Amino acid sequence: MTDVSDATVTPIVRLRSVSKSYRRGGQIVPVLEEISFDIAQGEFLALMGPSGSGKSTLLNLIAGIDKVDSGAILVGGVDITSLSETELASWRGLNVGFIFQFYNLIPVLTAFENVELPLLLTSLSRRERREHVAMALRIVGLADRMDHRPGQLSGGQQQRVAIARAVVTDPTILVADEPTGDLDRRSAEEILHLMERLNRESGKTVIMVTHDPRAAEQARTIRHLEKGFLTDVAA
Amino acid sequence: MIPISYSFRNLWTRRFTTFMTAGGMALVVFVFAAVLMLAAGLKKTLVETGSPDNVIVIRGSAGSEVQSGVERLQAAIVESRPEIALGADARPLLAKELVVLYSLNKRGSDKPANVVIRGVGAQSLALRPQVRLVQGRMPLPGSSEIIAGSSIARRFQGGGIGETLRFGMRNWTVVGTFDAGSTGFDSEIWGDVDQLMQAFRRPVYSSVIFRLRDRALFGRCKTAIESDPRLNLDARPETKYYSDQSEAMATFLRILGVALTVIFSLGAMIGATITMYAAVANRVGEIGTLRAIGFQRRSILGAFLLEALFLGFIGGVAGLFLASFMQLVTISTMNWQTFSELAFSFTLTPEIVVKSLLFSVVMGFVGGVIPAIRAARMNIVEALRES
Ligand SMILES: Nc1ncnc2c1ncn2[C@@H]1O[C@H](COP(=O)(O)OP(=O)(O)O)[C@@H](O)[C@H]1O
Ligand SMILES: [Mg+2]
Repeated sequence: MTDVSDATVTPIVRLRSVSKSYRRGGQIVPVLEEISFDIAQGEFLALMGPSGSGKSTLLNLIAGIDKVDSGAILVGGVDITSLSETELASWRGLNVGFIFQFYNLIPVLTAFENVELPLLLTSLSRRERREHVAMALRIVGLADRMDHRPGQLSGGQQQRVAIARAVVTDPTILVADEPTGDLDRRSAEEILHLMERLNRESGKTVIMVTHDPRAAEQARTIRHLEKGFLTDVAA
Repeated sequence: MIPISYSFRNLWTRRFTTFMTAGGMALVVFVFAAVLMLAAGLKKTLVETGSPDNVIVIRGSAGSEVQSGVERLQAAIVESRPEIALGADARPLLAKELVVLYSLNKRGSDKPANVVIRGVGAQSLALRPQVRLVQGRMPLPGSSEIIAGSSIARRFQGGGIGETLRFGMRNWTVVGTFDAGSTGFDSEIWGDVDQLMQAFRRPVYSSVIFRLRDRALFGRCKTAIESDPRLNLDARPETKYYSDQSEAMATFLRILGVALTVIFSLGAMIGATITMYAAVANRVGEIGTLRAIGFQRRSILGAFLLEALFLGFIGGVAGLFLASFMQLVTISTMNWQTFSELAFSFTLTPEIVVKSLLFSVVMGFVGGVIPAIRAARMNIVEALRES
C-alpha cells in the first residue's frame, strides 16, 4: 500500500496493518487484511466497493464501534484500539459524528432533543446546549422544525436532523455509512451538498461509505475496497 | 444521561401494553394494600377501645386481663397513687375489675360461645366514655344483677333485659343494656365485682384501671408501680394495652397479606419482564445508536430500568387508587382476645401508601432488571445492523 496523504497536511486518521475477521458457524471469514492508510485532516473521502467488501467494517473500526483483530488505528493522535469499552464510548461522544443510512433518530424525541442528545454527554449548561442545537439545526436548514418528531419529517429532513446531531459536538471526524441509500435523488443531492459544504466551509473531515458513484463524486478522494484490500490510489 | 422523558415517552408510545402490564401490577398492589389496610383498621378500632388518659395495671407476666391476677392489697397500694384523678365525689377515678371468660348459649341454637364477664366497680362506667347505658339501670351493689352489652343482648339466650342467665352457680338478672359502639366492650356482661368474685371463687382482681390527673404523669406513675417491691405489676396506657392486644391479629394479617402478594407478584413481575423484553427487542437499533453516539452501557441500563420502575409506579398508583375505595367497606371478625365479634373498616395510612408504592417499584425493578441488562450488553455493530 502506498501512503497517499499530502505531506503538507497532517493525517487525522492513521490505520496501521489493520486486520479484521468474523467468525461464522465455526469458520473464520477474513474481512480486512493488513490495511494501512492515512486520512488527511479536512479530507472528504468516499469509500467505494462492492457489497460485502468490508466498507462498513472499516468505517466501524475507524469510528470506534468495532474492535480490530490486530493493527492500530490512530485518530487525532489517540490509538483507539488500546482504549477500554468505557473510554471508547467517551471518546466517540467527543470525536465522532455518525450519519447512518436509515437516519437512526430516536422516534420519541423531537428534532431538537435528538440533536441535543450527544450534548448531554458534555458538561455544557442547558443554555449552551440550546444555543449549540439551534445553531446546528440552522446549518442544516431545519430551525423551524425543531419541535417535530422524526415521524413528522420526510426522509431527507430526518437525515438533515441526523447530520445536525452528528456535527453538534464539533467532532474530529464525521462518518457516514450509505447516507443517501434510503433517499430519493433530490434529497440525496441535498444531503451530499450539505456534507460537501460542511467539509469545505468548516473543514470537517468526512469519511463516507457508498456504492453510489453519484454520491462518491461529491467527495474529494475516492478509494476502492475489494475483498478486504484497498485497490487504488487517490482520485 | 439519557433524558428521563425518553423512558417515559416510550411507555406512552406503547400505552396499551403499558396499561395492561401496569394493570397486573395494580391488582397485586391492591391486594397488598387492602390487607395492610385491614390490619391497620383492626388496630385502629382496638386502640380506640382504650382512652389515652386511662392506665391499666395487670400482673407483670400477664399478656392480658384474662391471664392476670392482682391481689387486694396490691390494688389498694395502686389506689393510693397521687397521680390518679379524682371524680366528682372526690374519690379516685379507679376501678378494680375481674375478667372471666364464660361459655353461654347463642339464641336459636345450642351452640355455646365465649363471652367476657366483667366484674366492675362504681367508677367503671365513668372510666369508659364510649360505653353508654341505653336501657334499664346499673346493677345495685351487692346484688345478683347484671347489665349486658347490646351484642350479648341480641345474640345470647337470656341476655335481654328482664331475662336471667345462669353462671357461677347462681341466677343473674339482666337489669340493663349498654352500647359500646364497635369496641370490644359491646360483647361483655358487667356485674358487681365482689359478687362475681364470690360466685367464681376468685380471691384476686384481674386488673386495676384508673384515670391520670395528667397524661404527662404516666412515666412517673409507671416507674413507681413497677419498681415497688410489694407489687409485681405492669402499668400501660389503655390505648397501648389494646394496641398490644391487636398486635397478634394484625401481624397475622400482615404476614398472610405479604405471603399472598409475593405469590401474586411473581405473575406481575413475569408480565413486566415480558413487556420489557419486547421493549428492548423493538428498540435494538435505538440502543445501538445511543451507544454509538457515546452513551455508556450503564446509561442504557439506567434508561430501561427507569422505564420498568415507571411501569411499576403506575401500577402502584392505580392499585392504591382502587384500594382507597375499600375504606368504604366495614368488616366483622372475631376478636381473638375476647372471642367476641369486632367490627372495623379498612384504613389507608400514609405508611401503607409508601409501602405499596415501594412494593410496586420493586416489582418493576425485578421485572425490568434482566431485560435492561440485556439491552446494556448489546454489541453495537450488531444492534445497528437491526435498525
Ligand atoms: N457481525 C458479523 N458477523 C459475521 N459476519 C460479518 C459481520 N459483519 C460483517 N460480516 C461480513 O463481513 C463482510 C463485510 O461486511 P461489511 O463490512 O458490512 O461490507 P459492506 O459494508 O462493504 O457491504 C461481509 O461478508 C459480511 O457478511
Ligand atoms: Mg455496508
